[in-house]
Amino acid sequence: MEIAARSRRRWIEFAVEAFIRVVGFSSIGFVVLIFLFLLREGLPLFFQTPLRDLVDTRWYPTFDLFGMLPLILGSLLVTITAIAIALPLGLATAVFVREVAPYWAREILKPMIEVLAGIPSVVLGFFGMTVVAPMIRETLGAPTGLTAFAGALILAYMSLPTIISVAEDALDAVPKSYRDAGLAMGATQWQTIWRVVVPAARSGIVMAVMLGMGRAIGETMAVMMVTGNAARIPLTFDSLFRPVRTMTATVAAEMGEVAQGSTHYHALFGIGIVLFVVTFAINLAAASAIFERRRRGGLR
Amino acid sequence: MNRHLVQRLGFTLLGLLALIVVVPILLVIGTIVVRGISAINWEFLTAMPRDGMKGGGIFPAIVGTLLLTLGTALAAIPVGVGGAVYLAEYARDTWLTRAIRLAIVNLAAIPSVVYGLFGLGLFVLFLRFGTSILAGSLTLAIMTLPIIISAAEEALRVVPNEYRTVSASLGGTRWQGIRHIVLPQALPGIITGVILGLLRAAGETAPILFTVAAFFLPHLPQSPLDQTMALPYHLYVISTQVPGMPLEIQYGTALVLLVLVLSMNVVATIIRSYFRRRRQW
Repeated sequence: MEIAARSRRRWIEFAVEAFIRVVGFSSIGFVVLIFLFLLREGLPLFFQTPLRDLVDTRWYPTFDLFGMLPLILGSLLVTITAIAIALPLGLATAVFVREVAPYWAREILKPMIEVLAGIPSVVLGFFGMTVVAPMIRETLGAPTGLTAFAGALILAYMSLPTIISVAEDALDAVPKSYRDAGLAMGATQWQTIWRVVVPAARSGIVMAVMLGMGRAIGETMAVMMVTGNAARIPLTFDSLFRPVRTMTATVAAEMGEVAQGSTHYHALFGIGIVLFVVTFAINLAAASAIFERRRRGGLR
Repeated sequence: MNRHLVQRLGFTLLGLLALIVVVPILLVIGTIVVRGISAINWEFLTAMPRDGMKGGGIFPAIVGTLLLTLGTALAAIPVGVGGAVYLAEYARDTWLTRAIRLAIVNLAAIPSVVYGLFGLGLFVLFLRFGTSILAGSLTLAIMTLPIIISAAEEALRVVPNEYRTVSASLGGTRWQGIRHIVLPQALPGIITGVILGLLRAAGETAPILFTVAAFFLPHLPQSPLDQTMALPYHLYVISTQVPGMPLEIQYGTALVLLVLVLSMNVVATIIRSYFRRRRQW
């Protein structure tokens, strides 16, 4: 009886540990699975449409024109503008929280940023549509406020939590002795921050920007709701204040209406492949930067 | 200019920039609360939509979101916590372990709409679940995995090694040590991570667009293979696809979604800080 109970316990333990080992590797399996299914549904596009037509300037699915250039440029324009807004704000906030802010200010700022990270993107998109876009329209006297700029503004705030927390970690990893040395040389705290601490945290800050960019380029709902969704090449000077259409918004808006198996359907999965590869590359670069620094000793 | 004056001006500037970050957050929440609160009443929360969704309530969307969140939890918790236990307690530092970590980082970065495409390809079409709660929950579950794994692994790692050594020295097996000593100690951190993951799932729209969401359903879902309405998708629909939708209902829906998600956030924060103060190490 005693032995039977013990062997049953050993059997349960064996099963549990086997389960843990299997699910431990599941993340790799899911990444592979996601990529495989994107390929499965997206690759036919590249057999049906010559590559030259895919980098064309016109995306008119009704006429079987699947030039992705306007969408790619639209995503780039919105993302780069968003980062240009978010980087100074995020870096300043991270430095303020980590180096300058009194205790009470920190205790308010950090939860607020967590709240921002928790607001669903559809809610921010809704706010952008009903409050931000009309404000932009009235300020500019433009026919519509649903522009690339509105999208960039919303995206900037959506990538802020990522940028701030990663930059803060990078500043945190700078040894206290660096700060002490700066101050002991007679520099003010302000000088020490910008000439010693921030340069020492440089690679972490670059990583913060990259991860923020990854977030921004993949963001869907908010962008779709506020950018106006016009698939035009955004290369003129005023493009920022005109409607644009991003890759993500195109997929989200059009997938509901396409016939499964049509060229259009495969084209949307093709955009999915592009998005997957781009975000994968950004993260691979960021992650290898971490591993590299770990190997050299010290995350800094 | 005096360098101490420069410092003071610089610090003020940093504070102002931080203010530019925070004020819009308050503005978003404030606007939605002020404009949405008048729409909230018992009927709005518990009735079916009427008159082409321009009247009545949003009950099916609330129920749908709760069901999807529950489904996500059922699928994501065992896999996520198991994966974290593997990484924190079993895995050694090999190239395979590094590959797992890389995969987790990448899962976290995949755009939500790509998860939607994947869910459509695998669950809806290939496995023939159709647009259903099952397909939507599984899609959302894979999306929340990296959040749950990272948080749970962190919670397991901070449990001091003495706990494991003592358990082993008393003749416990590795699994007994984990099951009875390490997991209970890490539980608050794990719960916090799970809640943070689930609130992401509850607020997401893009992954459910093609896997589960219904524009309008006059009844509640009957089985996991049914479609359902969901709050985030409902907000998207009534604010962009239905002309002449009263603004009050739009703001009311946004408010319900915001309150649901932020209250989960608050619960997670409370659990974390309460147990951090109480633990003995």
